[in-house]
Amino acid sequence: MSVLTPSQTVGPYFHIGLDWPDAHRLAGDSTPGTPIVLQGRLLDGDGAAVPDAMIEIWQADASGRYGSDAVSGFRGAGRAAVDANGRFAFETVKPGAVSDAHGTQAPHVNVAVFARGLLVHLFTRIYFADESAANAADPVLTCVPAARRETLLARREGDAWVLDIHLQGTHETVFFDV
Amino acid sequence: MFRYRRVPAGVYPDNDTPAYRSSEKRAPREPPVAIPHTLSETLGPRFGAEALRADANDMTCQVPGGIAQGQRILVHGRVSDEFGRPEAHALVEVWQANAAGRYRHVNDDHDAPLDPYFTGAGQCLTDADGHYAFYTIEPGAYPWGNHANAWRPRHIHFSLFGPAWGSRLVTQMYFPGDPLLPFDPIFMGIADAQARERLVSCFDLARTEPGRALAYRFDIVLRGPAETPWENRS
Ligand SMILES: [Fe+2]
Repeated sequence: MSVLTPSQTVGPYFHIGLDWPDAHRLAGDSTPGTPIVLQGRLLDGDGAAVPDAMIEIWQADASGRYGSDAVSGFRGAGRAAVDANGRFAFETVKPGAVSDAHGTQAPHVNVAVFARGLLVHLFTRIYFADESAANAADPVLTCVPAARRETLLARREGDAWVLDIHLQGTHETVFFDV
Repeated sequence: MFRYRRVPAGVYPDNDTPAYRSSEKRAPREPPVAIPHTLSETLGPRFGAEALRADANDMTCQVPGGIAQGQRILVHGRVSDEFGRPEAHALVEVWQANAAGRYRHVNDDHDAPLDPYFTGAGQCLTDADGHYAFYTIEPGAYPWGNHANAWRPRHIHFSLFGPAWGSRLVTQMYFPGDPLLPFDPIFMGIADAQARERLVSCFDLARTEPGRALAYRFDIVLRGPAETPWENRS
């Protein structure tokens, strides 16, 4: 029998308790690696912006290691409330490949989506479109039907990596049972 | 190697809960894709004392010049994983409506008074054995637009991280005997009745403070790593 405490929605007023200043910034000036902006929009089943949601991310550093580092200013985790247009943006460094008993994972950012209307947060990941060889061998991406993998691939637009998250619809993002 | 047991069906609510109308355009339609528990899922962010704001564990006196209106309560409990191990020195974040059922939030247009001496935001740290405690006031119920004459039962929102990315939990604590609970689609979205009751705090006479505060106990259990791998899971 499970003894777990159930999840409930974050609701529309989470900013009161969870909006930290600067939480969208994971890297400082002396953090090793390639600085990137990771951004996108959160969209509902009608393609409309979701204005009252929170995105959290968790990622390895540029060398593929998890954990924060006070010396380099790297924080492995970030949080951002979306704006009125559903936009989120994180300032970070591109993560390195992560190796463990499951093999070598392509560079990726772990994402959790919290919103009014979601009784349990959603887990997904953001991968990078320029890593096609690493992506093809990734032990998590290969669990995803090939036709849906593109919903997890960020594309480069200037200095930013961009990926919209679709909660529903034709382009519904792949979410994970973790 | 540590492994995490999947959350059994019915214990967490299903996002596809039509009675909760906000889910209609937001709950994914495709089933979630099961993935292996790699380092990305079994490690996770840790927040401790460095994240704590001053005076965050007493929400009754965060604004100089006065104290919050309402029934002062102590809320306390233990945070552990599903194997009983304490979540030690971990950050607990909470937020809530004031005694009249109004949030200090730009989008809350409920016609109930704001309390200038209540922010509705609190934090505390668990101790070495996973215990946490904070003071606040009992929140009011508030109306919402889900259905005709819909009211949320009194609740406090909680946010916790646990040992891994996969153990993240955002939930709500309710109060014993609240007559609104069986009519609330968010609470009733949890199919397993025993799991649902774990969100209802217990009145705790032993921890009440004479002349000062009533007390409620709310224990929280997060996913945790098993010592041996679960069968048929990777
Ligand atoms: Fe609420």
